[in-house]
Amino acid sequence: MLRYTFHILLILAGGLITWMAYEEMIGLYTLSVLMFMGVNIIMSTSLNLVNGYMGEFSCGHAGFMCVGAYVSSILGVLLFAKDKVFGAPLLDPSLAIYAFPFIVLAGGVAAALAGLLVAIPSYKTRGDYLAIITIAANYIIISVIENLGVIGGSRGFMGMKRVINAMEDVAYLPWMPIWVFLFTVFSVWLLRRYLSSTFGKGVSAICQDEVAAEIMSVNTNKIKTISFMVSSGVAGIAGGLFAYVIGYVNPGSFNILKSTEALVMVYLGGMGSLSGSILSAVLFTLLLEALRPLQIIKWVVIPLLLIILMQFRPEGIMGNKELGDMFPWLKRFYKFK
Amino acid sequence: MLASILQNVINALQWGSFYALIALGYTLVYGVLTLINFAHGDIFMVGAYIAFFVASFALTTLGLPGWAALALTIPATMVLTSLVGVTLERIAYRPLRRKGAHRLYVVITALMAGLILENGNLAILGASRKAFPPLIHETVYTIGGVSFTNLKIAVIISAFLVFAFLHWVVTRTRVGMAMRAISYDKFAVPLMGIPMDNIIVVTFVLGSAFAGLAGILFAMSYPVLEPYMGALIGWKAFIAAVVGGIGDIRGAFIGGFLLGAVEIMVVAFFPSTFRDLIGFTVLLVILTFKPTGLFGVAKTTKI
Amino acid sequence: MTQTQTHTNTAPVLEVRGLTQRFGGLTAVNNFNVTLKHGELAGLIGPNGAGKTTVFNLVSGFYQPSEGDILVCGSNTKGMKPHQVTGLGVARTFQNIRLWNDMSVLDNIRVAQHGRLGYGFFHAIARSGRYRRREDEVEREARELLEVFDLLRFADEYPKNLPYGTQRKLEIARALSSHPQLLLLDEPAAGLNSADVKDLIRLVRWIHGRFDVTIWMIEHHMDVMMELCEQIKVIDFGQTIAEGTPETVRNHPAVITAYLGDDNI
Repeated sequence: MLRYTFHILLILAGGLITWMAYEEMIGLYTLSVLMFMGVNIIMSTSLNLVNGYMGEFSCGHAGFMCVGAYVSSILGVLLFAKDKVFGAPLLDPSLAIYAFPFIVLAGGVAAALAGLLVAIPSYKTRGDYLAIITIAANYIIISVIENLGVIGGSRGFMGMKRVINAMEDVAYLPWMPIWVFLFTVFSVWLLRRYLSSTFGKGVSAICQDEVAAEIMSVNTNKIKTISFMVSSGVAGIAGGLFAYVIGYVNPGSFNILKSTEALVMVYLGGMGSLSGSILSAVLFTLLLEALRPLQIIKWVVIPLLLIILMQFRPEGIMGNKELGDMFPWLKRFYKFK
Repeated sequence: MLASILQNVINALQWGSFYALIALGYTLVYGVLTLINFAHGDIFMVGAYIAFFVASFALTTLGLPGWAALALTIPATMVLTSLVGVTLERIAYRPLRRKGAHRLYVVITALMAGLILENGNLAILGASRKAFPPLIHETVYTIGGVSFTNLKIAVIISAFLVFAFLHWVVTRTRVGMAMRAISYDKFAVPLMGIPMDNIIVVTFVLGSAFAGLAGILFAMSYPVLEPYMGALIGWKAFIAAVVGGIGDIRGAFIGGFLLGAVEIMVVAFFPSTFRDLIGFTVLLVILTFKPTGLFGVAKTTKI
Repeated sequence: MTQTQTHTNTAPVLEVRGLTQRFGGLTAVNNFNVTLKHGELAGLIGPNGAGKTTVFNLVSGFYQPSEGDILVCGSNTKGMKPHQVTGLGVARTFQNIRLWNDMSVLDNIRVAQHGRLGYGFFHAIARSGRYRRREDEVEREARELLEVFDLLRFADEYPKNLPYGTQRKLEIARALSSHPQLLLLDEPAAGLNSADVKDLIRLVRWIHGRFDVTIWMIEHHMDVMMELCEQIKVIDFGQTIAEGTPETVRNHPAVITAYLGDDNI
């Protein structure tokens, strides 16, 4: 029983947030901070797969988020909402509840396919050259969307609120917090299961010695492809959620600055530590909100704090250890397969 | 037809000069430290602002004529900008290097330093754009339908002179030899009695000074300054340096002009919103076929 | 596949025909031929820069040969990636130890079974029956292998914290965990002291008997080669200059010329 403590706490936390949101005990502001926290956790853990575990330097993570955001937004609006461009909904809006997870996943799949843009060059290229390819991929994705007038171009795309309204018409529940919570758990669960299998440990083998990995029977190209696709696909999920949380997307919000935020969270938490990434995503989101009154100075203070932190703890909060490795007594409270 | 081609070539050379000047700074630091100094684009921006203040001071407070103000602005800006670069190295990068932190943590520090420069500028000077005062009288020459200004020619010539100077420094001088030595083997160099920290400071001085020069020239050519002007141009110059083969002076130079040429050509034939899209796609294709850039040497793995 | 697989294929474990490798203008390996029968323990020696490691790199698929064919248990490895060649039954160690240093010793052995895991991404995510069965087998096999190598007490250590000689041993164990037909040892005694070298000789001989594997090794310590190898090939500048039993090779004039000035021979 004791070792299910973690699972029970997680379910309780999810239930508590839902209930409190339903009873309107927590305000919209707090709720949106919590949702951004979820999105940030997904972003940082998924980027950690490539930048931490695999040891590559991807700086275009927001590009994949952008693909996921647009695909799931367009799909949702096309299917379940009345829109100026797409006309009447193709399906009965009351189905939105059941279709929504698949819409977000479809965004993830599209982003995973976009991940091939980086995965295929990675067979031959490593390190800084691959970093450039990821930056270029980020810019290319944004430019493509900016030049697609049908979906609003650089003005952006909206109408997602109507999809959420369609869900609320069927059952009045705080849908977005629920979905964000479920997808955050799902994403971390997916990454953890991948990375803890012997199959997934091929990722660390590539990071530590790619030549030895290839010669010791690890199909490095396959592992790289899978890892890049999983990483960008999960980022696509984050993008889809982000789009529905905000209710509006424009290509400008997925620029290099957004990618930088994801990078900061990964290196703040520690390369190769999922719990570190979760922790740093939580802290980073809180920090952003706490410093909001400073307005523009916020973006001076946060980098400064990070630089100072790097001076004192250059390996990030957790290094490459998980929470359970640092505090072994915690291991009593969970058991993951 | 010929005239329009020549016109585009001149435009490409001028536009590429900025990329080349900034890319040289990236590649110098990378060549020595294998550090992607992501703050470099913002050092270029700081250079442009320093030039703005120095030039305004010289023109209004000192009441100097334009040519004298320019003669004062260029060295003053280069010195002050290199101070910014060196300060960054001293307070942010060097301690991390001393601790032997993972290379990527230094890169993140550089990214953060860039953000501080951008947003610090925004916080101090406000969001209003600054108009750079005209220092020289721009004369337009037209030869056979091709028009160019004295400023454009000056920009192109400066880029070539800087390249020649840096190439000379790296290949012919003792400092350059030490730089190349550090890039080959960071551990053996101190054992050979080469003062590594001094060489690194020189590298930052050179890179930042020429970013400052690029800042002056850019501000004179496009006299509107804003805090984020360095970010995009910096990222692009970095990409140019990589396409040329990062760590190689010639590569950065050629890469800068290549990127300039691609962008000018795209704007000449397509709507200008396609500039980034096509520019980056071309670079992606180049890197796919030449994974270490045009001049980069493939690192062979020895087992 | 099991640990004590009997050899049914009649083709030689390794057959190399007319192998040539050029790097630019340099011919590192020139018309190299060798045939290793099942169960052989052969050596490859030559002065520094003679092209020995290049031969190993070619056989393990790390380089594609300029000319010639490499057949592992009868299959041509032309165009294969190294992991595919490993799948055919070639495993190797490296001149400079290449362990995964930030992974536990146990994980090093586990990951080296990657090629025959038999499950993929979706099985890993779903924790399917096949995943659990294979993970159990992989874990058990890895522990058994560590046990017979007397490394089990280091299972949770990081390789970088182990003494040099133990790292060498671990690298050999890791190579064996992929169930090779042919084990390539690239200077296994490099950097070992004389006591460790004696242990190594015992270890190699023991592996040869216990794991039913063909071994081909590069070594500079002549005493190791004399003790262990039945057949030795000597190459210099990419050309075979002598071959035969340790005795013949030792007294071969071409070998003496190649090594002239080297006291070891």
